[in-house]
Amino acid sequence: MAFGRHERVQFSKIYSLSCFRPSTSEEHGQIGQKGYSRVVYCNDADNPEAFQLRYRSNYVSTTKYTAVNFIPKSLFEQFRRVANIYFLVVAFVSFSPLAPFRASSILFPLLVVIGATMAKEGVEDWRRRKQDIKANNRKIHVYKDRSFSESKWKDLRVGDLVKVYKDEYFPADLLLLSSSYPDGICYVETMNLDGETNLKLKHAFDVTASLQDDNSFHKFKAVVKCEDPNEDLYSFVGSLCYNDQQLSLSLQQILLRDSKLRNMEYIYGAVIFTGHDTKVMQNATDPPSKRSKIEKRMDKIIYILFSTLISISFIGSIFFGLRTNRDLNHGSYGRWYLEPSRTTALYDPKRPVLAAFLHFLTGLMLYGYLIPISLYVSIEMVKVLQSIFINQDQDMYHDETNRPARARTSNLNEELGQVDTILSDKTGTLTCNSMEFVKCSIAGVAYGRGMTEVELALARRKNVEPLDVGTTSSNISGSHGGIGNSGKAIKGFNFRDERIMDGEWANEPHSDIIQKFFRVLAICHTAIPDVNKHTGELSYEAESPDEASFVIAARELGFEFFERTQTSISLHECESGVKIDRSYELLNMIEFSSARKRMSVIVRNADNQLLLLCKGADSVMFERLSKDSQPYEDQTKNHINKYAEAGLRTLVIAYRPLDEDEYMAWEKEFLKAKTSVSVDRDDLVDAASEKIEKDLILLGATAVEDKLQKGVPECIEKLSHAGIKMWVLTGDKMETAINIGYACSLLVQGMKQIVITLDSPDISAIEKLNDREAIAKASRESIEKQLREGRSQLDLTKSSSVLFALIIDGRSLTYALEKNLESSFLEVAIDCSSVICCRSSPKQKALVTKMVKEGTRKTTLAIGDGANDVGMLQEADIGVGISGAEGMQAVMASDFAIAQFRFLERLLLVHGHWCYRRIAMMICYFFYKNIGFGFTLFWFEAHASFSGQPAYNDWYMSFYNVFFTSLPVIALGVFDQDVSARLCLKYPLLYQEGVQNILFNWPRILGWMFNGLLSSMIIFFICKNSTIHQAFREDGHVVDYEILGVIMYTCVIWAVNCQMALSINYFTWIQHFFIWGSIFFWYVFLVLYGYLKPEWSTTAYRVFVDACAPSPFYWMTTFLVVASTLLPYFLYRAFQTRFHPMYHDEIQRRRSEGCELAEPGELPGRVKDKMDHLSERMKHSYREM
Amino acid sequence: MDALPRPKLKSKKPKYSRFTQQELPAWKPILTPGWVIASFVAVAILFIPAGLLCLSASERVVEIIDRYDDECLPDSYSNKGDSFIQSKDTNKTCVRTMKVPKKMTAPVFIYYQLDNFYQNHRRYVKSRSDKQLRDPGFADETRDCKPEDNLHGDENEPIIPCGLVAWSLFNDTYILSKGNKVLDINKKDIAWKSDTEIKFGSDVYPKNFQKGELIGGGELDETKPLSEQEDLIVWMRTAALPNFRKLYGKINSDLEANETITIVIQNNYNTYEFGGEKRIVLSTMSWIGGKNDFFGIAFLTIGGICLFMAINFILLYVCKPRPLGDPSYLSWNRNPSGQ
Repeated sequence: MAFGRHERVQFSKIYSLSCFRPSTSEEHGQIGQKGYSRVVYCNDADNPEAFQLRYRSNYVSTTKYTAVNFIPKSLFEQFRRVANIYFLVVAFVSFSPLAPFRASSILFPLLVVIGATMAKEGVEDWRRRKQDIKANNRKIHVYKDRSFSESKWKDLRVGDLVKVYKDEYFPADLLLLSSSYPDGICYVETMNLDGETNLKLKHAFDVTASLQDDNSFHKFKAVVKCEDPNEDLYSFVGSLCYNDQQLSLSLQQILLRDSKLRNMEYIYGAVIFTGHDTKVMQNATDPPSKRSKIEKRMDKIIYILFSTLISISFIGSIFFGLRTNRDLNHGSYGRWYLEPSRTTALYDPKRPVLAAFLHFLTGLMLYGYLIPISLYVSIEMVKVLQSIFINQDQDMYHDETNRPARARTSNLNEELGQVDTILSDKTGTLTCNSMEFVKCSIAGVAYGRGMTEVELALARRKNVEPLDVGTTSSNISGSHGGIGNSGKAIKGFNFRDERIMDGEWANEPHSDIIQKFFRVLAICHTAIPDVNKHTGELSYEAESPDEASFVIAARELGFEFFERTQTSISLHECESGVKIDRSYELLNMIEFSSARKRMSVIVRNADNQLLLLCKGADSVMFERLSKDSQPYEDQTKNHINKYAEAGLRTLVIAYRPLDEDEYMAWEKEFLKAKTSVSVDRDDLVDAASEKIEKDLILLGATAVEDKLQKGVPECIEKLSHAGIKMWVLTGDKMETAINIGYACSLLVQGMKQIVITLDSPDISAIEKLNDREAIAKASRESIEKQLREGRSQLDLTKSSSVLFALIIDGRSLTYALEKNLESSFLEVAIDCSSVICCRSSPKQKALVTKMVKEGTRKTTLAIGDGANDVGMLQEADIGVGISGAEGMQAVMASDFAIAQFRFLERLLLVHGHWCYRRIAMMICYFFYKNIGFGFTLFWFEAHASFSGQPAYNDWYMSFYNVFFTSLPVIALGVFDQDVSARLCLKYPLLYQEGVQNILFNWPRILGWMFNGLLSSMIIFFICKNSTIHQAFREDGHVVDYEILGVIMYTCVIWAVNCQMALSINYFTWIQHFFIWGSIFFWYVFLVLYGYLKPEWSTTAYRVFVDACAPSPFYWMTTFLVVASTLLPYFLYRAFQTRFHPMYHDEIQRRRSEGCELAEPGELPGRVKDKMDHLSERMKHSYREM
Repeated sequence: MDALPRPKLKSKKPKYSRFTQQELPAWKPILTPGWVIASFVAVAILFIPAGLLCLSASERVVEIIDRYDDECLPDSYSNKGDSFIQSKDTNKTCVRTMKVPKKMTAPVFIYYQLDNFYQNHRRYVKSRSDKQLRDPGFADETRDCKPEDNLHGDENEPIIPCGLVAWSLFNDTYILSKGNKVLDINKKDIAWKSDTEIKFGSDVYPKNFQKGELIGGGELDETKPLSEQEDLIVWMRTAALPNFRKLYGKINSDLEANETITIVIQNNYNTYEFGGEKRIVLSTMSWIGGKNDFFGIAFLTIGGICLFMAINFILLYVCKPRPLGDPSYLSWNRNPSGQ
């Protein structure tokens, strides 16, 4: 282990601690006020005040339900759905004489459905509970009776002192008191919190760092006052009162729950936040729940069905009322056998309106089979299973990061098949986010040979044969893979230039500047060196890959950073072949932030010189350079532009010598800013740092390459072939963005670019005037004009096949997103096949997403990897997180997580397409089968004077949705494939079926419903007409109520299951098993049910064995009806595949005709032979005709 | 960059199986022209002979139907059928003759046919007590039978069999004779075996039946157990549709062609009040049951449609074979971005 060297060092002055020196006179900002009212008495459990506070225990529960509220709460969740409420009401009413069937037969399917959903909820919750139990029972050492003894996490209380050992997780949010290092520092891994794998350094106060052994805590008492529990991981406001000293706390002293102690023996800490008050728990929110478009449309269909239900009940009750009224005719009763003179309100001819109304209620129950009770639960089950398939897909598993794809929500599976626009982040999403130092410009001289992928693409575009393609490209790919062709490749370093490598820099004209340049790289960073004990190799833990690449570059060029203490940074510097150790005293560090876009350190070198070393983005650095004599400014700018064109990330390197007095004055101010405990501390620190980061002297610029991820260009090309529009939202400069666009096939040769920018001379002229309103006005006008021009360009070439790309920068975007320009911007943008938004902020990303989503009303998918993409991911219809290097925040906010951008291709084109198709077909079929069944009841009613007598036995009906027809449709939803995954990818255009929603458009849905209606009519009227009077058996028996029910029901079961078999074209054994099994089960049920006692089986008593089975008529009717019900759909399909085939029909045809080589094992040989033979014969036969 | 020695992570690589990778062997039939035509031809080949078979069976069945409800109404009571039938004094005997068109081989089944009689009305269907019919111990199980549950509302006097179905028992009787010879009508085994053996108890006797203030249909012999009262059993198997036949009995002798059958009908059952019709039907049987032309015709129609479609499709592919892989058929191929 590499920490031995820390052990003996007792730092008297710690640079970062100096920032937080106790300052008792300081006003403690808002402590004690609202939001900052927490008081923690450390190691003082008996204190009555502490007792009164009653902070939450450390018991954590992430479950949705508890044992007590599970039943009521989950039931409540269930009955929030309209359909379920309907069924519940029906179940209640079924106990009254209104009910056409027995209450139990209505309750049973409802219970099954509700039970299945509750079981699913329960299992999910149980898993969470098990995790909770595990977490709550982890062991921790708590100070009690003068020693640290083992205890469970859940028993921990606020104010307890704990001892955490190496590689243990912190059980709660702790205040770091001391560590096994005398200086009270410790290293923490926060992977569980933010996914960052680098180690973070935490410091204890000097005053507490001396508490070095268990016994020293005997008299330890302290009071912490701090902010109330909140979810902000990156700030902490509080103060520590210890030994009459007031110390202000920052995040530097706080160890967050679920992060891990690394590289240390142990630490001591005091518990501040427990359980649900901890930052990590406060952050644990569910991803926003999104609903897919298909489900929204499904709700509409349910409403249609409800209105159908109501209207047919209404029609029925009118007829019933009229007929009942006729039973009383001028004082004489018509249908005497119903005894209308002594009847109940239900059938009273004296009060026909009331009877009709009551019958209406009966009808609502009777025709309830139109509403598929099991639809929701089936869809939920199907989606969970679909997600499992997504999670299990080997082709979406990334070996290097050991991450499979993960569907974090199963709600949106089918939405994946309908994506119209992808909005993508660039860094870390399209690129690897592993930086390689490739070029630099020092003192106006550009160093670094070799070409990037972007440059190659650029060269290709300009039709210039790159000079040294052979070497460079292999270099690049070689270094990426870890094996170079020129000796050992170093990760993060791909720099080749013999002029400055291997110490040759000393012979360059500006060798002093080169030396300074690399010193800045070696010193100005926050990386921590780490020596591998066995190999002696040095590696770095850095906060960002950019930073690591700089330190590595410095090392490779002879400025090896090897040690960091709290006050110094030490380098091995090679000077003319001799290694010299130089140590730099570290005085201050002004950290990097996305707002500042730069970082600086202030060091004192061995010659007692004070130096400010600074690196930062060109946009902020150039304005901070000293006004006089910057000899290389122009060349450097020039180089930076070139690097940007080559798709590289650039940073400007500068320094400034400080004089002692200025520094002393500044330090005071800076300290004051740093130690102020208030919300505007950051602003104060910024203001202070502004004062010293000025008059810099330019040294040069670095260029690091963020490599494109593997397979990105191919993936983007495929997606564009699938007709998916791609928007890239990046923080890069326009040139970089365009070049990256070319490199990743987003922009292609021959595409016309519409560029919207505010970088025009007239705008900059106005900007010089510094009049905000004028700038805004001019910008708006300019953008409007540019949009108009773009529009006319698009209109001019509408007929031709020229593709357009829109490129817009962040500043223009601000104006383009304003209300009055938004629509014209969107109009231009959606006519372009790709759109690039450069220099866009996280907020803009989310706004653009929102605009696209709401403007086009089509499905948008956002993909990103960083915290800055979270807004975009949540705004889009689907958020896909890349679980890459930048932490887990994007993943936590996403609906699907994949490891690499290229997996998006498979996720959309294969899984998305399949899921879309499955769900769409499944829902259509569901409506078909329920309408087909429900309407037979209605037709029967029409022949039973609408009295409300169901055509079938109660239990046949209640099993309909639960057993006889449920499993095949689930199999369809889980397993169906129109074409194999390989063909999905080969014919990306197939994806358009989902985008255009042609499998779930209204004609198709209504078509299926009509088919259901047709089936019900065919079933009922054929059965009715063939059994109306005469005997159906040789022994003279006629068809009665019981037998007609069985005949019709048999026909229904056969018809709907065969319809399923006809409409899918993918049969594994599972489909065969479920479809034919369901039919078979009906007979099994009928036999078993028929053998129950007559009280139980009522009208089903032995009806199959005794009456139906021996009759050839029964079997032939089934046969006749099934063939007739399938005929309309079969005819439709036959004509459709002939005259208006859908794309998948076409692909299937090609596959079967052998235009596609069949995958081995795709078709069992025997079947294939047979089919070939048959089709051959058919061809011959009609050729001869 | 991963400098710290980490415990080797367990690979999260999904395990391979054909199931999880969705690569199960599957049969993927598609609607090629061959399959379409083959299916049509196959259905036609099956259905047309089946239809012919059914039709010929139906042809062989000899069926005589005679509607007698209006014919048996004396002229003086025309349009006043209900008062005729309700009156105790009118002569309900009615003589009808029918000619046998073709030879009817035994057994000849005698049915009565009622039309516009809603035996499937919910109130009617529910008004019975299966428990009471089966088991003498459940004699007072008459909850569902209202208003024909107890005699004069006295709970100790349950009506057996209770309910509207039994109460409205059909009670016309037929005596058939050929020349002077009365034909023996066998009324045994006209009900389903399961009904006589199980559903109707052999130790359940009618009680208080048709003793109430309203008299419905026929009466029952109180000395015979229900299981032997096959007319009741047949009647209580409610019909599915408002037009139905029920078995009255069987004649176990042949009826020769052109013989005249005389039927003496006791026209007791009131269909006049609700505008129903009554018929007597004599029929022989075939393997599909009674005379059933619809069935055969339906088969022939479906078979015919399929044959027609098969021919159409064959012609279609011969005259206008689809160019192989012609993409112009695809609706969106004309604009690839799908707008």
